[in-house]
Amino acid sequence: MKSSVITFPGSNCDRDMHVALKKFGFNNKMVWHNDVELPKSDLIVLPGGFSYGDYLRCGSMASKSKIMKSVVNFAKSGGLVMGICNGFQILVETGLVPGVLLRNKYLQFICKNVYVKLDNKENTYFKNLDKEILKLHIAHNEGNYFCTKDQLKEIEDNNQIAIYYCNDRGSTEEEFNPNGSIRNIAGIFNKDKNVLGMMPHPERMIDESLSGEDGSLFFKNLINNIK
Amino acid sequence: MEVNEKIAIEHGLKADEYKKICDLLKRTPNITELGIFSAMWNEHCSYKSSRLHLKNLPTKGQKVIQGPGENAGVIDIEDGDAIVFKIESHNHPSFIEPYQGAATGVGGIMRDVFTMGARPIANLNSIHFGSPQHKKTKNLLRGVVNGIGGYGNCMGVPTIAGQTSFDSSYNGNILVNAMTLGLVKKDKIFYSKAAGLNKPVIYVGSKTGRDGIHGASMASASFDEKIEEKKPTVQVGDPFTEKLLLEACLELMAGDSIIAIQDMGAAGLTSSSIEMASKGNLGIEINLNKVPCRETKMTPYEIMLSESQERMLIVLENGKENLAKKIFDKWNLDFAVIGKTTNSKNIELFFDDKQVANIPVNTLVENSPMYNRKWKKSKLPKKNNIKNEMLRKLKIKDALKKILSNHNVCSKEWIWQQYDHTVMGDTIQKPGGDSGVVRVHGTNKAVAASVDSSAVYCWAHPLTGGKQVVAESWRNLISVGATPIALTNCLNFGSPEKEENMGEFVECVQGIGEASKYLNFPVVSGNVSFYNQTKEIGIKPTPSIGGVGLIRDYKKMITMDFKEKNNLVLIIGKTEGHLDQSLFARTILDEKNGPPPEVNLFNEKNNGESLLNLIEKDYIKSAHDVSIGGLLTALSKMCIKGNKGIKLKKTKNLINEIEYFFAEDQGRYIVEINPKDSVEVNKILDKNSVHHEELGVIIENELIINEKTKVTIDELRSYNTNWLTKYMST
Repeated sequence: MKSSVITFPGSNCDRDMHVALKKFGFNNKMVWHNDVELPKSDLIVLPGGFSYGDYLRCGSMASKSKIMKSVVNFAKSGGLVMGICNGFQILVETGLVPGVLLRNKYLQFICKNVYVKLDNKENTYFKNLDKEILKLHIAHNEGNYFCTKDQLKEIEDNNQIAIYYCNDRGSTEEEFNPNGSIRNIAGIFNKDKNVLGMMPHPERMIDESLSGEDGSLFFKNLINNIK
Repeated sequence: MEVNEKIAIEHGLKADEYKKICDLLKRTPNITELGIFSAMWNEHCSYKSSRLHLKNLPTKGQKVIQGPGENAGVIDIEDGDAIVFKIESHNHPSFIEPYQGAATGVGGIMRDVFTMGARPIANLNSIHFGSPQHKKTKNLLRGVVNGIGGYGNCMGVPTIAGQTSFDSSYNGNILVNAMTLGLVKKDKIFYSKAAGLNKPVIYVGSKTGRDGIHGASMASASFDEKIEEKKPTVQVGDPFTEKLLLEACLELMAGDSIIAIQDMGAAGLTSSSIEMASKGNLGIEINLNKVPCRETKMTPYEIMLSESQERMLIVLENGKENLAKKIFDKWNLDFAVIGKTTNSKNIELFFDDKQVANIPVNTLVENSPMYNRKWKKSKLPKKNNIKNEMLRKLKIKDALKKILSNHNVCSKEWIWQQYDHTVMGDTIQKPGGDSGVVRVHGTNKAVAASVDSSAVYCWAHPLTGGKQVVAESWRNLISVGATPIALTNCLNFGSPEKEENMGEFVECVQGIGEASKYLNFPVVSGNVSFYNQTKEIGIKPTPSIGGVGLIRDYKKMITMDFKEKNNLVLIIGKTEGHLDQSLFARTILDEKNGPPPEVNLFNEKNNGESLLNLIEKDYIKSAHDVSIGGLLTALSKMCIKGNKGIKLKKTKNLINEIEYFFAEDQGRYIVEINPKDSVEVNKILDKNSVHHEELGVIIENELIINEKTKVTIDELRSYNTNWLTKYMST
């Protein structure tokens, strides 16, 4: 299976993602933001970091970089595109997924382990995963997902919510919401479920020495689903 | 402008120093030249008060590749890998402008490390604030934490450990010390020594602006009521540009184009160009019109003294300019050939086709002033006579609660949760442990690092305090299973012109030297920050020690959380009951006098090495060194982290229970072992003549001190975790 990770100026989880994809069997290529064409890929990943320093709105500059035209076309033709953290912010800025990501509710960067609950397994990302609650890791300043009431109704009607913040037993009470996201949303799909944006970093949970292996489960399952 | 003594003094020079400049030049310097002298001769850059004493520190060792004198120290971690590391202060700017001050402190130290060809793999910091009740403390803390996070998080380098303390002596002078570790191949280390004639001198990175002019001079003076006026001397950080600069430099370093490279830190273009020339025994010629400027009409004086961040100076091989330029263009960074190396041994500056400065390099470096300042020796204070009746009245549980929730013991999670500590995917021990640990990417090795300081001990008796900080750093590394290799130090003191402060410095350095020599734990890099005082009030002497150690098989790393019910808990090292200068004595008895605990280097070494031996043999399930707050505090933390309790045995020790539980005797560790290994572990410890006692057995969820005194783990946790969050939210 072939994957591509896009490196923007200021990306800093691109190597971590490359390591994770390789570990679980992807043949991964790193793609420079200024390139125009994508290598042949089964999966495109927009990694975490601070693209262009995030000095404008997070992800906004990156969403206009050269390679993104090809990424958007790839997504529109049904290709799998996954954006993690800053990658999610970039996806939101391209309009491939609805909504926006605001500054965290307590106005602080948060780096910690969280639990997320899967809502929908009718998609390539989570199909066949035999766990409902995953322990993942977040590290962001702007992960507070927000959208209009109409948008919320639409994404709920279309089952576009991918994961919710919760506790280890799956309770989605407000106290388990680390950043103030509407409905505890930690990740969402586009309508066709081929594009996934999420704040948690599965690539930081791929080893028992790194406080957990639920990221491993995610990647192993993902490559099996693509095969 | 005509230069005279008055102007020189305004530049922070002394009258006799100005006279020396005129004598060396055999003429009056012009204003640009005076600016250059003032930048090179201030305390921060010239180490004029400290050099004499720093010479005595042990800096060599089998594992030392590069000691002090370069951008950072370098140690060998086997298999062709090396670790580059250093700690540096950014105290003065952080007090004036906490966010930018702290951010650029982190940026500066990372640049020191990647200048040497190493990719930064971990950041640490040691930050010290005034009393929690002081009106400035909360904002300073918030600003500093935001600044450290803002820079480090954007760079994508994990912040893996640190230390935070509060003490009223920092009310008018906070401390912000930042440390970085980088990984490099032993044969790809870059140095700052220029070589060869007519080699192009290259400027890369951000443009030069008017920010930070005289930053290093500001850091070499005390504060007074006009400190707000100094805001423009604080540099402004741009971590995004630094990330690009990091990637571009490492890309260029993969080839063989670079002869020498030096980052523009304190005193900017001045010190970087002069240091490269001085080390290479060469001259350097710079055309200042070629320097990329952010603002118009910048004068030679401003260009030379600007401390704009994210800039590097490189001496390149001839003919490699285009190749290098292509790389910096790719990363959207400025690139300019601004001069060349010469055989004049002078620094010659040109602007608008006129020579604007011409100074022999050696007058700026070798001939810089060096002072043998007067200093006062400290006496070891007399031991306090703490009466037993006084202790008997106290309830252990009440004392424990007060200590666990004390601002210098409580959990600092509120701080480190704002630092990305997991990026790069190799952090195997997060902040909150004895040391932070990162794997050496793609190998079975890991590197442990810790940063420590004990200002209270150093204040009570500088010589003992100096030894103690080194010993504590050594213990923190051993507690995670790492073999200590070397250290870096950041020496924060008051004014060297005051005999008491200078004495504190001299004796702390002596203590650091003695301990690091005895423990074979050499000093490979560091920095000195004097004048940490507002008007007449200086800080407590605060040397910060950053220790680095190696774990050959990362799977053998130890953490402090209790692991399993029914396991035995031992204490290694003897508890004598030393309460003077302990947190208990200072906060509960309100007794601030007396000597700090004695440091017995033989025991330190013997206990530490014996524990490493037990770890190597897989006998140790968890370990934690006993430090501030004493034995019961250390045990409580192990309970909280492991979510397990312990039933303590009745102690056979003859001293009072309070002394036993809260004394801060040195050289002690608490360890957890499986009962089946007990005979073997005792045998090894006895054989090595290591004092050890069995403390108790791990149980489900209570700390049982005796029949009458029990505390649940939830209670312990609430004492320990709430203070800082509550403090910052009110």
